[in-house]
Amino acid sequence: MTIDLNSNLLTLDYLTEQEKIAIDHELQIMETREACSIEALKIVQLQRGWISDDSLHAIAAYLRIPSADLEGVATFYNLIYRQPVGKYVIHICNSISCHLCGYDAVVSAIKNYLAIEYGQTTSDGMFTLLSNACLGACDQAPVMMIDNQLYQSLTPQNVVDILQTLQAADNKGVGR
Amino acid sequence: MTPLTHPLTHLVDVNNPLNFKGYCQQKGYAAAKKVLFEYTPAEALDTVKSSGLKGRGGAGFPTGMKWSFLPEFEEDDPRAKEPKYLICNADEMEPGTFKDRLLLEGVPHQLIESMIIAGYIIGATRAYIFLRGEYHLAAKRIQQAIDEAYQASWLGNDIQQSGYSLELHLHTSAGRYICGEETALINALEGKRATPRAKPPFPQVAGLFGKPTIVNNVETLSNLPHIFAHGVEWFQQHAPESDAGTKIYGACGRIKIPGLWELPMGVSIGRLLNDHAGGMCEGLALKGLLPGGASTDFLLPEHLDVAMDYDSIAKAGSRLGTGGLIVLDDKNCPVAMVKNIMQFFAQESCGWCTPCRDGTPWALEILTRIEQGKGTLTDIDELYRLCDFMWIGKTHCALAPGAVEPLRSALNYFTDDFIQHIEEHCCPYQQRGHHG
Ligand SMILES: Cc1cc2nc3c(=O)[nH]c(=O)nc-3n(C[C@H](O)[C@H](O)[C@H](O)COP(=O)(O)O)c2cc1C
Ligand code: SF4
Ligand code: FES
Repeated sequence: MTIDLNSNLLTLDYLTEQEKIAIDHELQIMETREACSIEALKIVQLQRGWISDDSLHAIAAYLRIPSADLEGVATFYNLIYRQPVGKYVIHICNSISCHLCGYDAVVSAIKNYLAIEYGQTTSDGMFTLLSNACLGACDQAPVMMIDNQLYQSLTPQNVVDILQTLQAADNKGVGR
Repeated sequence: MTPLTHPLTHLVDVNNPLNFKGYCQQKGYAAAKKVLFEYTPAEALDTVKSSGLKGRGGAGFPTGMKWSFLPEFEEDDPRAKEPKYLICNADEMEPGTFKDRLLLEGVPHQLIESMIIAGYIIGATRAYIFLRGEYHLAAKRIQQAIDEAYQASWLGNDIQQSGYSLELHLHTSAGRYICGEETALINALEGKRATPRAKPPFPQVAGLFGKPTIVNNVETLSNLPHIFAHGVEWFQQHAPESDAGTKIYGACGRIKIPGLWELPMGVSIGRLLNDHAGGMCEGLALKGLLPGGASTDFLLPEHLDVAMDYDSIAKAGSRLGTGGLIVLDDKNCPVAMVKNIMQFFAQESCGWCTPCRDGTPWALEILTRIEQGKGTLTDIDELYRLCDFMWIGKTHCALAPGAVEPLRSALNYFTDDFIQHIEEHCCPYQQRGHHG
């Protein structure tokens, strides 16, 4: 008996044209469909913010691999979110150089200012706080990454300034 | 800085890296041209072998020897026509290590030229750069450089009409330390959950998609153009007898000038720390250091004269690893430092082997207890026992032994600190208001 994984109804109109084009591009580069798993997850996450169960099933069907296998991949990586996240995801480095150079005080300042703990999102949906392993900027410790942007030499003061700047930019955007 | 003294970094510009044209004006791709047109792959392999180049990804394995383990087939053997793969390991995620990022962001074309040379020597038809997901700027610049190289016929079919063809693609990962282990990396590239593979077979025999595969670190590969441009003798004169070439050293922690320096292989720890990194920050003294990333054994102030080459560091009881010093000062708590490192390994363990999956969180639990002043003296014995359980030969990959190295050396060197935590029921560093 053969099972056509592609017959899963979800996949037919779940993924957008844009997503499919981007995934198809990866399919051309990589040698197997399975090898596009991470890229496909990232492509969909970029559009939707996170990977829901529906997204997961749709991607798996599109790649013609079992959902369980894709789930195994998705949950393996720190940068694939299997829960909704805020508009900005704060990835603060909690590895050793940052630890030696004042990480504790910086993360406390973030938690206090936003009133969230690790893994939580602010009630306005703006910020999610996650820890990250060494961001490769140990000479500028402590550091964090928000939206692909690296922020270095953090202090409890300047980290709050950075968050406020992001908030202010966002408020302006909404007002316009 | 000249190409002769700083071969790897003399063209680095992190703000505005050379594009294809600029790189060519600096004699870029000249070495690749020389290799493609003047050497047979076998001759070029001999050059790499005799250069004494060793892997800069942590293990220090001789590069030429690694390549020579690729199987050789008679021409009429169908396996001779099967693809071979070259993979550049750019998953840099070892805490305290940031050297590859410099090369990736600062001189992307050098890596591509290096991969053409390596690919030609090993007979690869396809190559991948496996880049860690967090390195967004590097991803942008490497992709741009790849596109330029394709346009200029330095990649793709029949490179510069040499008859050699190479497809090169960038793969960006999504954040998991174990992907840097070469067999886990291969699983990751295949789109599978990135647990390491049992060895043998080694990747040279059965790697990506079951085909012969070579995995090398960014810095390792980046040496190739310079070895061919300036010769084996020049390469060897940088280093003591057992080693060759320059090394990108790093230093971080509470020191005056944290950063990266390309230096002759074998500079002493003291010179690196005091002359280049400017010594400790005001009011702090050196307590210890990890010489090559988070998974190496501690060394002490008494080791400042030790040369930073593979053999000397090994003789002193540690490993050169990635060559990045992580410096512990006298006002940071060594127990907290080891706990932080163990937390990293517990989180990043892939979970395949029991000693690692269960041992790292167990060690973390004990370290947490001790740091909070709730430990007992038997906890120290327990930690030593865990070190034995997780040591080389008991797990599928080197992550667990890597977690043991800082822990066991800290237990040996900083015994008094551990005991003080236990006897005083608190962290003496926090007590003195010094922590962090
Ligand atoms: C847990 C673990 C993580 C590793 N991470 C990296 C890495 O990020 N980059 C790297 O080049 N090598 C890493 N390695 C070493 C690789 O397995 C491999 O030895 C190396 O890429 C070989 O390249 P080289 O011979 O050029 O050093 C890691 C090894 C282990 C066990
Ligand atoms: S030692 Fe740890 S990381 Fe390595 S394979 Fe075993 S469980 Fe996975
Ligand atoms: S330890 Fe934080 S960037 Fe490396």
